Amino acid sequence: MAYFDHAATTPMLPEAVAAMTAHAAVTGNASSLHAAGRRARRTVEEARESLAEALGARPSEVVFTSGGTESDNLAVKGLYWARRDADPRRTRVLASPVEHHAVLDAVEWLAEHEGARVEYLPVDAVGRVAPEALRAALERDPDDVALATVMWANNEIGTVMPVRELTAVAAEFGVPVHADAVQAFGQLEVDFAASGLSALTVSGHKIGGPYGIGALLLGRDQAPVPLLHGGGQERQVRSGTLDVPAVAAFAVAGRHAAGHRERFARETGALRDALVAAVREAVPDAILGGDPDPAGRLPANAHFSFPGCEGDSLLLLLDAQGIECSTGSACTAGVAQPSHVVLATGASPEQARGTLRFSLGHTSTEAEVTALATAIGPAVERARRAGLS
Amino acid sequence: MNDFPGAPTTPREGTRLRVLAAMSGGVDSAVAAARAAEAGHDVTGVHLALSANPKSFRTGARGCCTIEDSHDARRAADVIGIPFYVWDLAERFREDVVEDFVAEYAAGRTPNPCLRCNEKIKFAALLDKALALGFDAVCTGHYATVVERPDGGRELHRASDEAKDQSYVLGVLDERQLAHAMFPLGDTLTTKDEIRAEAGRRGLAVAKKPDSHDICFIADGDTQGFLAKRLGTAEGDIVDEDGNRLGGHQGAYGYTIGQRKGLRLGVPAPDGKPRYVLDISPVNNTVTVGPQEALDVTGLTAIRPRWCGAPPTGPAVYTAQLRAHGGETEVWAEPAEGADGAPELRVTFTEPVRGVAPGQAVVLYDGTRVVGSATIATTERRHAPATAES
Repeated sequence: MAYFDHAATTPMLPEAVAAMTAHAAVTGNASSLHAAGRRARRTVEEARESLAEALGARPSEVVFTSGGTESDNLAVKGLYWARRDADPRRTRVLASPVEHHAVLDAVEWLAEHEGARVEYLPVDAVGRVAPEALRAALERDPDDVALATVMWANNEIGTVMPVRELTAVAAEFGVPVHADAVQAFGQLEVDFAASGLSALTVSGHKIGGPYGIGALLLGRDQAPVPLLHGGGQERQVRSGTLDVPAVAAFAVAGRHAAGHRERFARETGALRDALVAAVREAVPDAILGGDPDPAGRLPANAHFSFPGCEGDSLLLLLDAQGIECSTGSACTAGVAQPSHVVLATGASPEQARGTLRFSLGHTSTEAEVTALATAIGPAVERARRAGLS
Repeated sequence: MNDFPGAPTTPREGTRLRVLAAMSGGVDSAVAAARAAEAGHDVTGVHLALSANPKSFRTGARGCCTIEDSHDARRAADVIGIPFYVWDLAERFREDVVEDFVAEYAAGRTPNPCLRCNEKIKFAALLDKALALGFDAVCTGHYATVVERPDGGRELHRASDEAKDQSYVLGVLDERQLAHAMFPLGDTLTTKDEIRAEAGRRGLAVAKKPDSHDICFIADGDTQGFLAKRLGTAEGDIVDEDGNRLGGHQGAYGYTIGQRKGLRLGVPAPDGKPRYVLDISPVNNTVTVGPQEALDVTGLTAIRPRWCGAPPTGPAVYTAQLRAHGGETEVWAEPAEGADGAPELRVTFTEPVRGVAPGQAVVLYDGTRVVGSATIATTERRHAPATAES
């Protein structure tokens, strides 16, 4: 078996499993006032402090959620509503066109139901938003912008965005910026305080923590309108009884992600470079997606277009040999669509249909890369025969 | 390439085939895939996405094109323990099946889209892609039997249980397509209840799912509404055999030869007997009706013959089936050439038959063996209707 889909989900760290199971056996609602509640509360707050430290944030800036999708929705919709409520002119949302669907579909929903005008910022051939593009969009009318949302690093092609430069531009106009850092956490240095962001999304299961837990880091001056109303557990912004075992395990994984980041980036980056070289040797006309400069992409990401191939066919052929990867694009009704990310970089629809994403993680090995190196050539040859039907 | 000569349901010693199982989300195709896997083949499930805008849920017992059906197919594949993918063949299906269906109705004919789908999609687009990807066979839940001759050739036969036989809709397959077809449900005498029970034993949740019927791409079952949307309404006359106007209609495509119900004629027939659609003329948008005996057909000419093996060399006696779930009738059939030189099939009925609709397939059988099929173009009547056949 060779698992190259860590960007979809990565195995839980043993220490995160241990924390989760240990806390699963303990009773206590973190909102209760008695001893059991206080015990749970302590676990949650220690986890909050750990994550805050791992992400360069203050504990009060960590809002636990059910994961990346909820965090993205809370940031985009919540900040839109709050900013528009404060000034009804603010209905323009600036977004990169390569966002994850959790952001993309949220802004599209705002356009359809809440009167938002979505403006997609241009990206270059590697899918990067230039600070000048954000400036141009803001200068047109700084007073009608509700928020800007640009991901820290792209989940398909791995391109890293110039977050600090983007927030510096937005700050001149007083516009809050949200970044989805689900893929960046653990691979790049993510420092919330230094980033200049108003909101930042992270997720547990992408860093060796459990599913169903994530966080939105939220500047103390931000008060998004809640998506979920109820007990007001998380800063009155997010209601719902906290999942104490998941929170504890998420914190363990978060600490690990921050603590091992440099080593992970170095070692996994080297393995990724070997993978890219092996694929290029086996398939000389494969096109590397995203930034060819390793400094400009996630160290664990490799992305290719294979001309004349259907990504689905390649996936099937590699899967049959125990090699698990992804076409990188989202499914609509179970049918893979040409990737909006690849299309946004200016690729042709044919090229966008023949993509594969290989994402590495903490369990990746050289043997897995060797297995792929052996299998990819014949698979591409066979998929070409099946063609673009 | 794939030089394997055939694809038996039970692998011969040492032949573990790579099988692509088309899974609609229904019980038949799920059990077929499970049987193929159990027989020792290396099975991969594929659900064909045939609609560009699939509905979320099934409505009633129709179709196989909703997201729910796709989900049901995936659940079945997971339980069987085989890989599963969804392949998008919506564009091919629209071009080759849906547009053809509409065009046939517009021309006054009554098409069978299931045959068309088997010919152009399941055993063409799907099979070709499967073979290119290294599969040996495509497996479906059809009730039909593939028999291997001593010379290695393949024959298509009716299912062992003739009540469920679906060889009619497979009559378009040629020998090459048959060589890569696998129908695991065809060679066992099992009632539908037993198939459902087998699905239940195998833990397949589709065991209790209602059968699909009607036309899968017309989700609400309203074929006339579907055609009206595509072809628009065009008022025309309903006339008797002498050309007297008896009533009106909103489009001649809404009628099928032999149809009795829904004519809404104000004037009763002189003999008081029911009247039937005898002819549809799209050119002057006229529907001709008349007595039942005027439907008697003595022969027909069919185009685009397709042979499940070697074509017959001369006239011979066969049995023929003229529509899905129709009975058999004895015929003389003979390959011929049309005016344009294209191959044709001429069929003469031993006894006249009724309600033969151009556009439907005539499938010829020699005993239980499917000989071939062709699309009915024109019919010869004992009493010729007043308007010319179109």
